[in-house]
This record gives sequence, C-alpha cells and structure tokens, in this order.
Amino acid sequence: MNWLSDEAIARLQTASALPDLAGTRYRLIERVGGGGMGTVYLAEDSVLGRRVALKILDLPELRADLSARLLREAQILGRLEHPGIVPVHDAGTLADGRAFYAMKFVEGERLDMLAKRIDAIPDRLRIFQRICEAVAFAHARGILHRDLKPENVMVGPFGEVLVMDWGVAKILREDRTPREDHAEVPVEGSQNAAAEMKPLKTEHGTVLGTAGYMAPEQARGEIDRLDERADIYSLGAILQFLLGTKQPAAGGERLNNTSAPRAEGGFAPKAVAAISQKAMAEDRANRYASVSDLASDIARYLDGSPVSAYPENVFHKVARWATRYRVAIGLVLAYLIVRALLLFWLRR
Amino acid sequence: MTEDTKIGGVNGRFPATHWSAVLAARSDDPAERARALEAIAAAYWKPVYKYVRIRWSKSNEDAKDLTQDFFARLFEKEYLDAFDPAKGRLRTFLRICADRFVANEAKAATRLKRGGGAAHLSLDFDAAETELQRASPHLQLAASPESMDDFLEKEFIRSLFGIAVDKLRSECESRGKQAHFRLFEIYDLESDSGRKTSYTELAKQFQISPTDVTNYLAFARREFRRIALDCLCEMTASEDEFRREARALLGVVPE
Repeated sequence: MNWLSDEAIARLQTASALPDLAGTRYRLIERVGGGGMGTVYLAEDSVLGRRVALKILDLPELRADLSARLLREAQILGRLEHPGIVPVHDAGTLADGRAFYAMKFVEGERLDMLAKRIDAIPDRLRIFQRICEAVAFAHARGILHRDLKPENVMVGPFGEVLVMDWGVAKILREDRTPREDHAEVPVEGSQNAAAEMKPLKTEHGTVLGTAGYMAPEQARGEIDRLDERADIYSLGAILQFLLGTKQPAAGGERLNNTSAPRAEGGFAPKAVAAISQKAMAEDRANRYASVSDLASDIARYLDGSPVSAYPENVFHKVARWATRYRVAIGLVLAYLIVRALLLFWLRR
Repeated sequence: MTEDTKIGGVNGRFPATHWSAVLAARSDDPAERARALEAIAAAYWKPVYKYVRIRWSKSNEDAKDLTQDFFARLFEKEYLDAFDPAKGRLRTFLRICADRFVANEAKAATRLKRGGGAAHLSLDFDAAETELQRASPHLQLAASPESMDDFLEKEFIRSLFGIAVDKLRSECESRGKQAHFRLFEIYDLESDSGRKTSYTELAKQFQISPTDVTNYLAFARREFRRIALDCLCEMTASEDEFRREARALLGVVPE
C-alpha cells in the first residue's frame, strides 16, 4: 500500500464529494448552496446552452428513502407549475448513484437579505402577496409546504418572487386535475415513479420545519393533524418578519421540538400586525381558513379598506378613511382655503 | 494488496456492500467473527500503531508488540462485544481500549508474549514506521487527547483510502484498465507540489485524447469513491452512522 499524503487525501475527498455528471447533459460549474438533504450546484445544460441548478443528494444513500424524497420533491415541483414556484426540468440518478433534479437557476436574492433594503411596508406587503399566491396555488393542488420562511423565498432581479425548498412538503390529497398526469411520468433511475408520488409517510411525532416559523401543532410533531393552516401560521411569521418584528430563522436550520416565538410590537401598522397575529393564532381554528383569505386581508389593507382581522373603532375608521382619501381630502381642503382667502380678500 | 499487511480484507473476499464488520464481529459464527475482526484490524492496525507511538511515546519495538498484543487481545477477549454503536464511533471505542490496554501493560511493567492460540497478525510495521517518519514533525509533539482524536481520525482516513486505492488498482488491473488507474495515480495521488500535469500533457503521455483523460479520471474517481464507501460501510454499524461518517470522511458536510 502506498502512503497517501495529506494533499492526496484532500484531493480524494474533494473528488469524492463532487457529483459525477458523466453521461448527463450537465457540466458542473460551482457549488451554490447546501441543505440537510443535498447540495445545490450551478451547472450548464450543454444541450440547451443554459444554466440550471442541480439539487443532488450528498451521497448515494443505502436507504432509499432520501433518494425517494428528493425525487418526490422534484415530482411535486413538476406538478406545481406556477410563476411563484421554481420550475423543475429533469430528475433522475447520476452514475455515482446520487439522486438529483435539475431546476431553473434563480438569480436573485433571498428574502431575508433583500428585505433589509426595502423600506416601504407596502412594497414588502406586495412581495408577501406574491408568496401567498404561490402557496395558495400549492394548497389548491393539495400540497403543504411545511417549511415556509424568508430564507426559502427568492426574489429575482425583475421582482419575481419564488417559493423554494419543497423538500419537506406534504401531499395532503391527490390532485385530480389534468396536471397529475405529469407526476406519473417515470423518471430515470426510478423503479416506479408513480408509486413514489404516494405520500411518503412521516412518522407521527417527527418534527419537520424551522423553529419560529412552524405552527405549534407542527412543532409538537402532530404530523397527521397538519393542514393548510400550518402554512398559514408560517406565512404569518413571514409577515411579522417583513414588518420588522421578527428575526429570520437562525441559520435557516431545522430544529427539533420547539415552541413558536410570538414577536410583538415594532413599528408595524396595527391592522397588518393584527393580520399576522390572526395568521399565527395558537389555536388553528382561529387562523385564516385559507391563504386566499389572508391575502385578501393584505389586499384590503393596501387598498385602504377595513381588514377582517382588525375590528376598528370610530377613530380608527376616520383615520383609515382619511388616509385612504388623503389626496382628495387635501385637494378639497386646498380648494376651501383658497376660496376662503379669496372671499376674505374681496371683502377687504 | 501489496506486502503492507496480510490480514486485511482488501482482496475482494468480502461482500461489497451492506456488510458491517462491526456487527459481524459479534456474530455467533466463528468464521464470520474472524473475517470481521480481520477487516477491522486491516483498517485500524496502522492508526493504532502510530497512535501508540505518538500518544504513549513508545519505541518502535514496544509499539509493535503493543499493537500485536492489542489486536490479539481484541480477538481473544471479545472486546468488541462491549461496543455499542449507538454510543459512539468504532475508532473512539478502539482508542479507549488501546489507552486502557497500554496503561495496563505499563502497570504490569513487563511484556508477556502471547502465544498458544492467540491470533498473530502479519503486519508490516516497517511500512507504518516509514509513514510515521514522513508525517509532519509537529505530530511528535501532539499528545493532548483532543489532538490525538484528530490524529487517529486522520490516520484512519489514510488507512481506509489506502485500502481503497489498493482495491481500485486490483480492479483496474483485472478489467484491463491500467491506464485509468495510472492516470488517477499521477493526477490525484502523486502530484503534491509544484506544477500539476495538465490533461493535455497526460493525453500526450498516454497517447489518448484530452477527453479520454477526463473520462478515465472520472471513471477512476467514481470507482474509488464506490470502493471507499464500501470499506466505510464495513466499518460502521448502522446506516445512519455510515451516512454521518461518509459525510465527514469524504468531505461532504451539510451546512
């Protein structure tokens, strides 16, 4: 046996870690990120001459469940064709046994970083509306994200908002729309792709999600009880973050059992704060029934209309009314002042 | 396998995957146990020898005796029966066992040569000693338990990768892919310092195209990786442990 130098060992480790793209249409460019299940690489699609992102399992797993989970994530993305959800192009297994899928390479910025540079709350709320649209679409397709947080939202250079990382998504129910046909197309390296679209059973008691952004029932590991309202809770937490009353998840890490913090105060307008609080109600029965309801309240706030989450007294109504019609009120007031000055001057 | 050691399982006798020497070492089948212990010794004797040399400041001769005796005792006394994979890694367990063994031997202050039925391992200590001398001089001073853990880990990786390289050489030779291995050897194993040979230069040297160089290297690296993972699989007791170890040893560490 030849003695291996430290440098040789380091080279072997590096070479072993890199995915083997031999036999695929992709050429590796660089590593762009990683997560608990795999690593994301920037690659070039040599056939179409475009850049793509490859999400690849770190290792060929002895247990098939992680490979199945990654391919299932790709299939979920495949059924969620929406401008707010990153499109998947391809999926399969590499020559080295690692499962992968190719998706659009999103050149943008994570919401947790971008939000620091957006001062106006209405601008932040418009981004939030786009997130809600994507999540509402997924819910309509029977998919629960389960890990919504600012770190999993990308905002592109042209303002496009994309919800990322559907790795722990849960299939609530089988979608019966024609799109389902796409999910049943077998992918390379999959013995039975259609079978893999069956919900992967997550053990009751298992906690998947991110501390601070997951609903209490999710943090308790009540997997079987989770429904759309768990995502609504996470959206409420994102809204709090956008209002400046909540920190992003530390390091984006997924943690085990934890209680959800409840950020209060800050400079958030009371009506929007009330919307986030309703979305994050401890008892899910008190949350919004659907993401559309939540988004509607945001739209009403932006429109200057009363929101369902915030009962107004007379003063609040007057203040909101004055804010909504401030331009018209200003014009009328200016007219009246000029008119009064004119009359005063004529009488002199 | 070269003359380094004659006890290891590097000649393809073992199933390539899903066979754990750690678990098999506790099998009721004596043949299975012996095979498992040989595999463990093949991967760990050099790290243990070097560890004893440095951590316990033993002379070459004493370290040889202690290493021989340690693995003989490991086989005789069924130390591995006490190993619980849920509580720690095998090399941590072996380090603790080695520490206790050397300490007890020091107390006895005398070497009892074990014979009569005790397994005697054919180990190439000269090669191990040469490797030790080639290591950085600062290692000689590293004696704190923390640094020794790192040292043992590093030596385990060196041993494991060395076994994998030997297996890769054998496989390439048996499949008529000597050029693949030779390219791998030149490009990934030998070129430590100075200018790295380019693919174009290698292509000229081997009278193949640069694309072939890329493909040959990709093949060899892929096979090396597979073999290294197989070896690692043998040295772990569960799939979770295997994944953790693979991530750590092969440099794939999730953020």
